[in-house]
Amino acid sequence: MRLAYGEEQHLFGETVRDFLAAHCTAEHVRAAWAADTAVSARWAELAKLGVTGLVVPDDHDGLGLGEEELSAVLEQAGYAALPDPLVEAAVASGILAEFAPDAGWLARIARGESVASVLLPGQAFAVEARAADLVVVGIAPADAPAEIHVVDPADCTLTAQVSVDRARKLFRVGFDPVPETLVASGPAAATALARAADRGALGTAAFLLGLTRRMLDMTVAYAKQRVQRGVVIGTHQSVQHHLANVLVKLEFARPVVMRAAYSLARGLPSAPRDVSMAKIYAGEAADLAARNALQVHGAIGYTEEHDLHLFMKRAWALTAAWGDASRHRARVAADLLGDAPAPMTPEL
Amino acid sequence: MDLEFTAEERQFRQEARAWLTANVPAEPLPSMDTEDGFRRHQAWEKRLFDARWAVVSWPEEYGGRDAGLTEWLIFEEEYHRAGAPGRVGQNGIFLFAPTLFAFGDTAQRDRYLPAMASGEEIWVQGWSEPEAGSDLANVRSRAVRDDAHGGWRLTGQKIWSSRGTYGHRLFGLFRTDPDSRRHHGLTYFMVDLASPGVTVRPIAQLDGEPGFAEIFLDDVFVPDADVLGAPGEGWTIMIATTGSERGLNLRSPGRFLEPARRLLDLYRRRGGDESLRDAVVRAWMDAEAYRLFTFGTVTKLLDGGRIGADSSVNKVFWSQMDVESHATALRLLGEYGELDAGSPEAVDDARWLDGFLFALGGPIYAGTNEIQRNTIAERVLGLPRAR
Repeated sequence: MRLAYGEEQHLFGETVRDFLAAHCTAEHVRAAWAADTAVSARWAELAKLGVTGLVVPDDHDGLGLGEEELSAVLEQAGYAALPDPLVEAAVASGILAEFAPDAGWLARIARGESVASVLLPGQAFAVEARAADLVVVGIAPADAPAEIHVVDPADCTLTAQVSVDRARKLFRVGFDPVPETLVASGPAAATALARAADRGALGTAAFLLGLTRRMLDMTVAYAKQRVQRGVVIGTHQSVQHHLANVLVKLEFARPVVMRAAYSLARGLPSAPRDVSMAKIYAGEAADLAARNALQVHGAIGYTEEHDLHLFMKRAWALTAAWGDASRHRARVAADLLGDAPAPMTPEL
Repeated sequence: MDLEFTAEERQFRQEARAWLTANVPAEPLPSMDTEDGFRRHQAWEKRLFDARWAVVSWPEEYGGRDAGLTEWLIFEEEYHRAGAPGRVGQNGIFLFAPTLFAFGDTAQRDRYLPAMASGEEIWVQGWSEPEAGSDLANVRSRAVRDDAHGGWRLTGQKIWSSRGTYGHRLFGLFRTDPDSRRHHGLTYFMVDLASPGVTVRPIAQLDGEPGFAEIFLDDVFVPDADVLGAPGEGWTIMIATTGSERGLNLRSPGRFLEPARRLLDLYRRRGGDESLRDAVVRAWMDAEAYRLFTFGTVTKLLDGGRIGADSSVNKVFWSQMDVESHATALRLLGEYGELDAGSPEAVDDARWLDGFLFALGGPIYAGTNEIQRNTIAERVLGLPRAR
């Protein structure tokens, strides 16, 4: 019984953290707000570290790793509020590896030459669809078999949306499914889409943990240096308690995310429920971190001059993306309160 | 990560489950905070001890099984799942014993541990004093040297002492250096409550039972043999005990998993008020999160790490969770929520109301949650000391 990332997962995370500390500063995140296409030179560097191809099979130039490594790395990406579409790369890679391994996309994603966007059933918008080289689109109508298409954004109608987080370039994607773009259909496609959605939600949950830690660190630093009426505000019990509450939320969200990674990597029956729990807990931690960070920063935190908003807005965006809290709560509730008797814990 | 139990651990679980199934009393025991209930709980402790289930993590020479942390967690899960009685000896077994193992000498361990494990001697907390609740550095009860008799004479007053009404021995801090202040000059004593000069005044808790007591000491003699560690070192030793109290020793996940599962069942039985669905699911998820957090802590400990101030994070979480889940149950019960035990129509013999009243103490004892949040802010987050 061990609940901790392994040494390699840990080291991989550290490497990514150090890289991002230098190459994805708050200034870089700001730059992504202004950029038309967000995929920067950093993408190729991330590829060299193995990050873009983390879950790409190793015979396609990837690292062939799984959800545990993915969440260890995405937690660090979250700490930096990395604007590049890493979650989408991981989600697309899983589908391509299963249904279109020989089309060349996998190796190009792993090498940082291609950027993938995804649009799964239940998602309204695709991130970075205009800058992407391919969009993996899932369709799951109630009255017809599920389908997965890999489409060229040039063949789609892209309608740009504006996210609260300007670093997230969102698009409504219109396209006509044709046989040439179809890579999978039927039950296998439906299963793959469900797993892909879980991978996206899990990755996003890990990202939210990193954002939470960043906002907490920023706020602790601010509370230690900000003097009000001759007193450092961090000495006030009310301020201390705001920050302690965030830490409690974070410390209890982290093992929930780690367990979801474990379950999903092994395809355990509890994986969907575990992933939903992870998204709920990480989203709540990030939301509390954002609110308390704003409250402690006061007026300066309510400006765009200060960096805090870059992290708060990403937290809000990602809490809504990949299934918001009510969608995930409904899934856990259905699992616990469905027709089957309440699950005994532990499951033996 | 490896979230599986080993074959040995699964075997251990089966063994514990089989024994508990065969031995847990069919009818719940009367409250341990009544005279009759206290004795019957002592008898249950003896039964556990005789089968070597009383203190599974202790060395075999003291009646344990040398079980590791994971096995202990497994045992606790099975214990609570079986609906076994609350542990009247828990203050001794879970809080004081780890300190006694760490700081006691051989004679003290031999003298006290077996009697504690068998339920023969029930230990009582002597932490709080009037005007020194969570602020233990403000302890005023004093001990003066009695060289002629080879010991100390204790005078003062302890309050909110759990199990104080019927218990036998007290562990607590006394000021042995009259000129000392705060956490200096304190000594950790083990006091026989049958000694001359001890007066116990039971205090009725919210539930009406004398779960704690006020204990007055008037020139009570305690021999040197009952000083734990060196005189003046009491503070350091106390920190170890309170860490056990907030941390995982007293609050194994098993304790919360079973009520959470019963809450799901209650929700189904009561027809499922949709507006409470989220709160019911939340209670289950929080218990699960607590279990996972504990696995993380255990992993850290097995890797040679220490818990330290993290126990404050733990304490804030479980105490809030416990209150919320019971409050949710009471909302589900509607009008039946106010019915106390013994009411003909009380649902589940009012265990939800009972549990709610008990849970309300969580954010208060073991250092209030406000104190815990200060500790988190200062010792984990590194903020400057609160004003």
